[in-house]
Parts: sequence; C-alpha cells; structure tokens
Amino acid sequence: MEYRLKTPLSREELSKLRAGDMVYLSGVIYTARDAAHKRMMECLDRGEPLPFEIRDSAVYYVGPTPEPPGRVIGSAGPTTSGRMDAYSPRLLDLGQKIMIGKGMRSKEVLEAIVRNAGVYLAAMGGAGALMSACVKSARVICWEDLGCEAVRRLEVEDMPLTVAIDSLGGNIYESGPTAYLDSLKEGK
Amino acid sequence: MNCGPGIAMRRLTAEEISAAVAELCIRANRQLPEDIVGAMNDAKTSEPWPVAEATLEVLCRNIEAAGDMELPVCQDTGMACVFASLGQDVHIEGDFKQAVNEGVRRGYEQGYLRKSVVADPLRRVNTGDNTPAAITVELVPGDSLELTVVPKGFGSENMSRLAMLKPADGVEGVKRFVVDTVKTAGANPCPPVVVGVGIGGTFDKVAALAKQALLRPIHQRNQDEFYARLEEDMLREINLLGIGPQGFGGRTTALAVNIETMPTHVAGLPVAVNISCHVTRRASMKL
Repeated sequence: MEYRLKTPLSREELSKLRAGDMVYLSGVIYTARDAAHKRMMECLDRGEPLPFEIRDSAVYYVGPTPEPPGRVIGSAGPTTSGRMDAYSPRLLDLGQKIMIGKGMRSKEVLEAIVRNAGVYLAAMGGAGALMSACVKSARVICWEDLGCEAVRRLEVEDMPLTVAIDSLGGNIYESGPTAYLDSLKEGK
Repeated sequence: MNCGPGIAMRRLTAEEISAAVAELCIRANRQLPEDIVGAMNDAKTSEPWPVAEATLEVLCRNIEAAGDMELPVCQDTGMACVFASLGQDVHIEGDFKQAVNEGVRRGYEQGYLRKSVVADPLRRVNTGDNTPAAITVELVPGDSLELTVVPKGFGSENMSRLAMLKPADGVEGVKRFVVDTVKTAGANPCPPVVVGVGIGGTFDKVAALAKQALLRPIHQRNQDEFYARLEEDMLREINLLGIGPQGFGGRTTALAVNIETMPTHVAGLPVAVNISCHVTRRASMKL
C-alpha cells in the first residue's frame, strides 16, 4: 500500500501501516542522532524538558551536510538506527510515535513499538541528495555545539519512506528477505 | 634540485598537495567512480525482485541528483582516508601530513561536506574540520605522487570485522567468515555493498589489505586466478543471502568482492572484511 500522510499521525493512521508499505510523509519532524539522544537522556534523568515535545513526535536520525548557498539543507539521508536502540524505548514510552532511520532494530525497540503503537520508517540509506529535496525548511533548535548532530526542526514534503517495523511487530528486514528467498524455492 | 651525482629530485610544495587533496575530497563525495555507477545500473537491470529493482532505481536516481544539485551523494561524507603513492625521487617542500590535513580542511569546508570526526574516541568532541585524515603512505619508484581520497562512511565501516583464523580453517573458513560478516551486517551498511577482503599478513596488515581492496575498481578481478575465482564464489554466496538493496530483500546484496593478500606466518590465517556501502567513493590524482 501507499499512503500520503502528515505529521502528527493519528492513532488510526499509525495502526493501518504494515511493514513494506510506502509512506510519503509531510509536516514537521525533528532530527536527532547519537549525541543528541545521549543529551536527551541526560535531560530526562535531571527532570528537565526535552528540546521539543516528544509526545506524538517524529524523529529522524540524520546528520545533514552543511547547506550550500540557496539551499535549506545539504544531503540528508538517514544514519544507522541501531545506534539509537539504547535510547528509543524510553522515548517511545514517553509518547514518541515515529522513528525514521535505516537498518535493523533491537528486540527491545520492536517491543516498545508494539507496546506504544508506534512505527519505524526506513528512509533510503545513502540517498542523501534525493532526501534533501524533500526538506522545505530546516532550523537548529538546540545544541548547536553538536554541529551536524544538533537538533533541527524540519518541515518535509512527500518524504519517501518504507514502513520497516509496524505497530503489530511486522518487520521488513525479516519478511523482505524471507519473501525473496521463498520465491527462489518456488522457482526451483 | 641536485641531490648528488646524477639524481634529479622532483619538487612538490605542500600547497600543491593541499590543493589536490581539497579537490579530491569534493569530487569523491559528489561523483561516484564509473565502475560503481556502472555496477549499480547493471544491478538495477538484472535484479529479478521488484522491490529490490525499485530500490536500486531510487539509488541510481540519487547518484544523478547529487551531480545535478552539486550535493554529496550521501550525507555521511566520511572520514577522509588518503592514500599516497609517493615516488622516492620526490622532494616535498613543507610538512606532508600537515599539507594533507590542510587539504581535507579546505575540501570539507569549501565543498559543504559534513564534519564527522571527533578528536578523541571516548571524549568525543568534534574537531570541526573533519581532520585528521587517515593517511597511508607507500614509497614507490619514480618521481610522481599519486593521491587517492576515499571518504569512508561509518555505517559500513562499523560492520567490518577481523579474525585470526587457523591455517586448518582454509579456504572454507575464510569464505564462511566473509559471508557471515555480510549476513550479520544485514541492512545496516546500506547494501548493495562492496566487500573488501584482506587475507594474510599480520593483525595490522590484514586490516590495511581489506581497505586497500576497496581501492580496486570493482569490475577488475584479482590477477591471481585462484583469488579471482574465490571473489566470484563469495559474491555468488553473498547474493544468495536474500538481504537485497537496503535490506528489504532481493538478490543484489553485494556489487563485488575484492580480495587482496600477502604472505603470512606458518601458524596464522588472518582475515579482515572491510565493508563499503553502495556509495563507495574514491577519487585520484597524479602530481
């Protein structure tokens, strides 16, 4: 299936997504990767507010290249999500609904997705230039000292994403390769 | 300059080296080598699985978009691995290492490339200019300097592995380790990957061999027919794993396996696997 959706996603929109579906996502998303996640955990430990409203949020694991003159952002493809596995369950339990990145997630993250009816969307790893074209505005909102790892507020339009893990625990990184390998067996 | 009877030294300035490195950093990040672009287009044409074909189509479009938009192909513009084949009859005026790092600094600034290097592995403060580069110098006969810049992304670098196998493990052991490394990496290193394999040498040399293997254009097989066949065997096995482009399933898990070898100890069989993503970058210049 293909969906055109706008953040924040409703409970109904989230629950109908299935691993392998395409989503063209528009609206506001926030960027955070390793260093920003670590600081977010420190904020929570100290009882301080996070840089953005985590409830119903979409977080994109990206460290873009600097924007050349005339562009809002440089190359902006996803980074490997697995490095955020240590942090994601806590954020999902606080209401974050969408994670955008690439690559496999831990069992703990998958369980947190199911528990909170969230979704993990895969952006095209290495397609930094194409993803850049989907970003309509970008602004650093926190931790500028982290450079490419600073937290940014992005407005995106029709960002092409694949549902990687859905709210029922469907997982493209397992079902995709299995479906292909099964097709080989059937062919024989 | 005369450095003795009959020996003519070629002079190169630090500035010439910096300018070359800066240009190579920008070029490598915006424009993929012909062999990689060719292999991606071929994979797209021959991929039998529709999801995988569609994924490869997007990745090929991204390569074109980067050129059109003058943007890096991938936002991880890497740690700059700089390989220098330095002619022994070249005299460098200035500090070579500083010259290379100045080139990286300039290239990453002027090319709007991402600064992804931290000064210390545990205290993790960004150096702000993507220096230092990872520099490898090889002394060769002649009076020229050939520079190759390989911006190495860490999505794939992180999935690389090294093993000190036993001689009894043999070809099968090596093959199993390489295929298993790619399998374990799964979707994470942005497949389709290029697999650089080092076999032999010592603990440190084998890792260097695996990286060096990524410098060879991927349509060229190892010149030793035994290893050329092993490259093809491993590629065939890897492309039966089903991981596919982006790990969404499909045939094209790897574009190529490149093996480099060197003599080793009677007691050892070191193997290293350096994985590179579909954005396998390199750019060279001869001075």
